[in-house]
Amino acid sequence: MTTGDGPRPVTYREALTQALREEMQRDPDVFVMGEDIGRFDGAFKVTRGLLDEFGERRVVDTPISEAGFTGLGVGAAMAGLRPVVEIMTVNFAILAMDQIVNNAAKIHYMFGGQAPVPIVLRMPGGAGHQLGAQHSHSLDAWFTHIPGLKVACPSTPHDAKGLLKTAIRDDDPVIFLENEGLYAKKGPVGGPDDLVPFGHAAVRRTGTHCTVIAHSRMVWVALAAADLLAAQGVEIEVIDPRTFRPLDLDTLATSVRRTSHAVVVDEGWPECGIAAGVSAHLYDACFDWLDAPIGRINSADVPMPYARNLEQAALPQPDDIVRAVLSTLGREVPR
Amino acid sequence: MSTEPEATPGPIVTPGALPDADEMRTIFRTMCLIRRFEERASEEYMRGRIGGFLHLAIGEEAAVVGSISALRADDPVTSTYREHGQALARGSDPRAVMAELFGRSTGLCGGRGGSMHLMDVTRSFYGGYGIVGGSVPLALGMAFAIRYRDEDHVAVTMFGDGAANQGVLAESFNMAGLWDLPIVFLILNNQYGMGTAVDRASAEDDLYRRAEAYGIPAWKVDAMDVLAVRGAVTEAARIAREDGTPACVELLAYRYRGHSMSDPDTVRAAEEKARWQARDPLVTFERVLLGEGIVTSDDLTRIRAEVEEVVEDAARFAEESPEVPPADLARGVYEHPWSDDPRGSALMGR
Repeated sequence: MTTGDGPRPVTYREALTQALREEMQRDPDVFVMGEDIGRFDGAFKVTRGLLDEFGERRVVDTPISEAGFTGLGVGAAMAGLRPVVEIMTVNFAILAMDQIVNNAAKIHYMFGGQAPVPIVLRMPGGAGHQLGAQHSHSLDAWFTHIPGLKVACPSTPHDAKGLLKTAIRDDDPVIFLENEGLYAKKGPVGGPDDLVPFGHAAVRRTGTHCTVIAHSRMVWVALAAADLLAAQGVEIEVIDPRTFRPLDLDTLATSVRRTSHAVVVDEGWPECGIAAGVSAHLYDACFDWLDAPIGRINSADVPMPYARNLEQAALPQPDDIVRAVLSTLGREVPR
Repeated sequence: MSTEPEATPGPIVTPGALPDADEMRTIFRTMCLIRRFEERASEEYMRGRIGGFLHLAIGEEAAVVGSISALRADDPVTSTYREHGQALARGSDPRAVMAELFGRSTGLCGGRGGSMHLMDVTRSFYGGYGIVGGSVPLALGMAFAIRYRDEDHVAVTMFGDGAANQGVLAESFNMAGLWDLPIVFLILNNQYGMGTAVDRASAEDDLYRRAEAYGIPAWKVDAMDVLAVRGAVTEAARIAREDGTPACVELLAYRYRGHSMSDPDTVRAAEEKARWQARDPLVTFERVLLGEGIVTSDDLTRIRAEVEEVVEDAARFAEESPEVPPADLARGVYEHPWSDDPRGSALMGR
């Protein structure tokens, strides 16, 4: 795993809080805004303590008006501030898609570069908590589809902190996709000036037999699969793109050219999704090196069900990755 | 619909001091410029030199110029897709505006925006937007920034009667009232959202009353009268600037043409159009200027000739301007791009 210089392991949640606090201390134009982020400390407690330290001017509790306050953030960014807007979950960003797609993503280009939009839109997504069909989205592909946005999706506390700091200092709109299943994950983090640049994939585990590309919570599912496969003598290389706009295809393709096998894992749906898009890039870049079709692992093509057993059946599991890897290697796949 | 405007319902507004003679002439000249510019744009569209959608503000000149003239030059303003007039009233170069309509590299936005997406940040004109209601929260954010930095500007957003029914308007009114943001909401009620009359789309067709529901002082003004508009918006801007709280003015106007150039305008009765055109804002204001002795008929002739030459020059400039180089296709997608691929790419370093 990527290591940092932090004195002690912290949670993904606390890593995000550190990034927010340090950037707010560094730059008085940075403010945070969102539903219940102040007195309530945030639905996932990422903004805990910020109200006490920075006051209501810079830690703004909003009404439940996702389109309105997202647009407000875009306008404040056009005016030169650096808003970090928390949309409580990605599910509610659907209400703000006009502001995100028609305004945040378009304004720089559409007006000939006159008005940069240095906004960060933080939002957690993902399933696995029996929250049902409307609270379980992974819409990473939606945002990655849109030119004008940058898209980051950290899988570790180190990257959560370093990528968020990069996002806040970036002059373009950044969609920052957290995962509800990762907030309690612990790990080392970097210091106040340790940034994780966009467009640089991380190799999470080295291996020679097959490249497995996974991001966000799926990195951990892939690493669990790697342990299972290692017990069978199969060593997979797990690569985490970390950002999809920009996408570090070179690191992915270099690995695939070496292993000649690839599986792409994505918690979103299969049709026109992240796994489909990354696979297409890999076919373009690595066709002559591939020994088998690229495997794709997605959530089932259904609205997320509530029942625990059905939800787990819908989500990518380590066993799904094991089977896909064995299949692409031409090995016997256990039933 | 299409009743004669009532006498300023809502709170009594004391108009600010009338502009001095020089400014009165400037206001009139700007109204003439917008009228003539729009007519020329219409002609150029018919010739095929302007593409896409073209929404003309003919008939709405008093609403536009009266509003802009009541603001400081550096108060940020957002508008809708019917915004050539706002740019011109803010002082944008007519050449650059026309060139943008032509899609040329010399356009205000380098040919990226077109008629619906003009912006001139050097004049604090923060753009025309194509999604009804979608630009209103942007101005709210500019008002938030003004408050954050303790500046004495006011943010101004102009939107139409159609936008009043979008959910984001309710959200924006609420946050403006809740947080006492220095913003002026200007509802340019031209009485039709495309072909749908206000009273066929709005349960309450006194649209300014939407703002009142959020504790925002609001009133309606006859927007065929440029001085009435100027007075009402002056008062709204004073409230926002001095009290630091929002205000709203409904500008009741009438657009003479269809929704856009592709609208043959068959919905509205000829008699209704004629009744409103009889109160033409340019003719009305011209009578005031002549009556007060602020201009002579020779002055009017000279102003019209000047404006004609400015518009002619703008059209010539646009026509002679180079197209945007295809190699610039992907320029400006990002402030900090990662790629110099002329066709754009999500891939790092391509």
